[in-house]
Amino acid sequence: MSLRIVVAVKYVPDATGDRHFADDLTTDRDAVDGLLSELDEYAVEQALQIAEASGDAEITVLTVGPEDAKDALRKALSMGAHKAIHVEDDALHGTDVIGTSLVLAKAVEHAGYDLVVTGMASTDGTAGVVPALLAERLGIPQVTLLSEVAVADGKVTGRRDGDAASEQLEASLPALVSVTDQSGEARYPSFKGIMAAKKKPVESLDLSDLGIDAAEVGLGGAWTAVQDATARPPRTAGTIVKDEGEGGKQLAAYLAEQKFI
Amino acid sequence: MAEVLVLVDHVDGAVRKPTLELLTLARRIGDPVAVHLGPGAETAAPVLAEHGAVRVLTADAPEFTDYLVVPKVDALQAAAAATSPVAVLVASSAEGKEVAARLALRLGSGIITDATDLVAGDDGPVATQSVFAAAFTTKSRVSHGVPVITVKPNSAPVEPAAAAGTVEPLAVTFGELATGTKVVSRTPRQSTGRPELTEAAIVVSGGRGVNGAENFSVIEELADSLGAAVGASRAAVDAGWYPHTNQVGQTGKSVSPQLYIANGISGAIQHRAGMQTSKTIVAVNKDAEAPIFDLVDYGVVGDLFQVVPQLTEEIKARKG
Ligand SMILES: Cc1cc2nc3c(=O)[nH]c(=O)nc-3n(C[C@H](O)[C@H](O)[C@H](O)COP(=O)(O)OP(=O)(O)OC[C@H]3O[C@@H](n4cnc5c(N)ncnc54)[C@H](O)[C@@H]3O)c2cc1C
Ligand SMILES: Cc1cc2nc3c(=O)[nH]c(=O)nc-3n(C[C@H](O)[C@H](O)[C@H](O)COP(=O)(O)OP(=O)(O)OC[C@H]3O[C@@H](n4cnc5c(N)ncnc54)[C@H](O)[C@@H]3O)c2cc1C
Repeated sequence: MSLRIVVAVKYVPDATGDRHFADDLTTDRDAVDGLLSELDEYAVEQALQIAEASGDAEITVLTVGPEDAKDALRKALSMGAHKAIHVEDDALHGTDVIGTSLVLAKAVEHAGYDLVVTGMASTDGTAGVVPALLAERLGIPQVTLLSEVAVADGKVTGRRDGDAASEQLEASLPALVSVTDQSGEARYPSFKGIMAAKKKPVESLDLSDLGIDAAEVGLGGAWTAVQDATARPPRTAGTIVKDEGEGGKQLAAYLAEQKFI
Repeated sequence: MAEVLVLVDHVDGAVRKPTLELLTLARRIGDPVAVHLGPGAETAAPVLAEHGAVRVLTADAPEFTDYLVVPKVDALQAAAAATSPVAVLVASSAEGKEVAARLALRLGSGIITDATDLVAGDDGPVATQSVFAAAFTTKSRVSHGVPVITVKPNSAPVEPAAAAGTVEPLAVTFGELATGTKVVSRTPRQSTGRPELTEAAIVVSGGRGVNGAENFSVIEELADSLGAAVGASRAAVDAGWYPHTNQVGQTGKSVSPQLYIANGISGAIQHRAGMQTSKTIVAVNKDAEAPIFDLVDYGVVGDLFQVVPQLTEEIKARKG
């Protein structure tokens, strides 16, 4: 039977833009262009490699996000994923990590899966906890933060490079993996891939399709509350000197004055 | 007084500094109760007591080292059931965040990740987060359930505050998922003898400008003259010049030292995300237009191969 892979990808505001908050203290999505989170490209890439190695796999990319989030799905489809699911509902505005994991879990179950692949963290919220939450909700093993991953004989194996040690991990399918930006460069969509993506199916679902009560998600359903967001004051302009042969000594004098030496 | 659970991050009983910082923060909210999982509780307990733990709950089982994340969640859940805490604090390490998240879900609680400060508030603890690559500072709280909060290293001082630190065994029953992800083998990292990157008071980093693995000795010598940790940009790591464990930035370590010295690093947003909250920032870069100079307290426009060795010599001379 074919291996069913679901890749969760997030549509995020471009990190190189001037990101800020809207009046309700959620991310201002109008201020900056959005894109497929660069860190989720690594997830799509690893899913494609696993699929290629298995010879018989189907990759569904899944996103929870506003209308424009379809762009993220298109990009993943043009890289080679087979089909997509877009969960979109006005009631989702302001959802926290707990709510996001609920919606993702229901959608993954709706899709049917043997393997769930995610990125290591989003580039906007950057919590890095949605994969663990999703595994907890689905009741499947989490094999996370991998710099190397492989699937064979109903098992997923991978390497997790931690601070204290590098670990070789193993779990039986169904399982969830998350991959880091050390897992290997993501491919660029080919022209053929971009054309083919236009014809690939994108299923749109709302909360009622997934049997989720709107009160469980969104700003109202969030279990965390942002009280206040302030722009960091710009750093006061520092002293900048040009090295004319004494730059190292001048810097040493500054460090001594600041009591670092 | 109400109790606050603190998950102890340790290596065979050697308590890591971020845990002592958590104890400082926990004391602002209630009585810290430390949860020590795995070997070495006898070594850790006195240290935890010295820093304010009123009790130390301990459990040891092979599951904690042989399987990923979930055994610790099972244990922390048992600790929460045994104490009815007003908050649970966990260090923002990769595993710490994953443990905290799964615990939050089981407790029916919201979670705040990567807090950089924590104070008591009328409706429970208020956490500070530094977001959008440190361009904004937010204040948030958990509005449902027992607040579960992960805290970044270097977010609070380590303060001695002697408490009883009564050691009590914690009974843990592992669920079916506890043995889901097996650690087949573990290769410990070689110690460099330098301070931990995330815990260091001074970090000296090198980027693409260092131009080769062999040239990193220039960065290391400066670091050693200051007793500093060594960091690297992703460009330097991707080139294979320095290990990924030393990467500073969005997909590496987030550091907040007293002093950060960036050498041959341009200051891309993803790098800034990991170092912008440093107290004092210094850069050496040959391009006067490099964005890193927007952040610095002191900058030298020049060739790092001239400036850095001279700096190292001068520091050694001054230190005698
Ligand atoms: C600056 C900021 C700070 C925040 N802090 C908190 C907080 O402390 N607590 C809290 O509960 N919420 C927080 N949120 C809200 C949180 O970002 C959102 O709930 C978000 O939908 C999921 O969290 P994340 O982006 O941090 O995901 P991460 O856990 O970083 O994402 C990891 C992976 O999960 C998958 N994934 C995540 N979101 C989606 C999605 N929408 N669709 C498909 N796949 C996805 C991707 O594969 C991604 O690589 C914060 C948001 C912002 C902008
Ligand atoms: C999703 C994502 C995540 C990322 N995560 C990270 C991350 O965690 N950490 C990170 O660092 N980057 C990260 N990046 C990459 C980031 O965008 C930059 O590409 C990277 O930081 C550049 O590294 P650099 O400053 O060393 O190199 P460059 O940008 O090439 O800058 C090199 C600098 O060295 C100077 N220089 C050259 N020679 C000398 C000399 N002899 N003396 C003095 N100065 C000299 C140059 O003037 C230049 O300013 C990420 C990118 C993405 C998309």
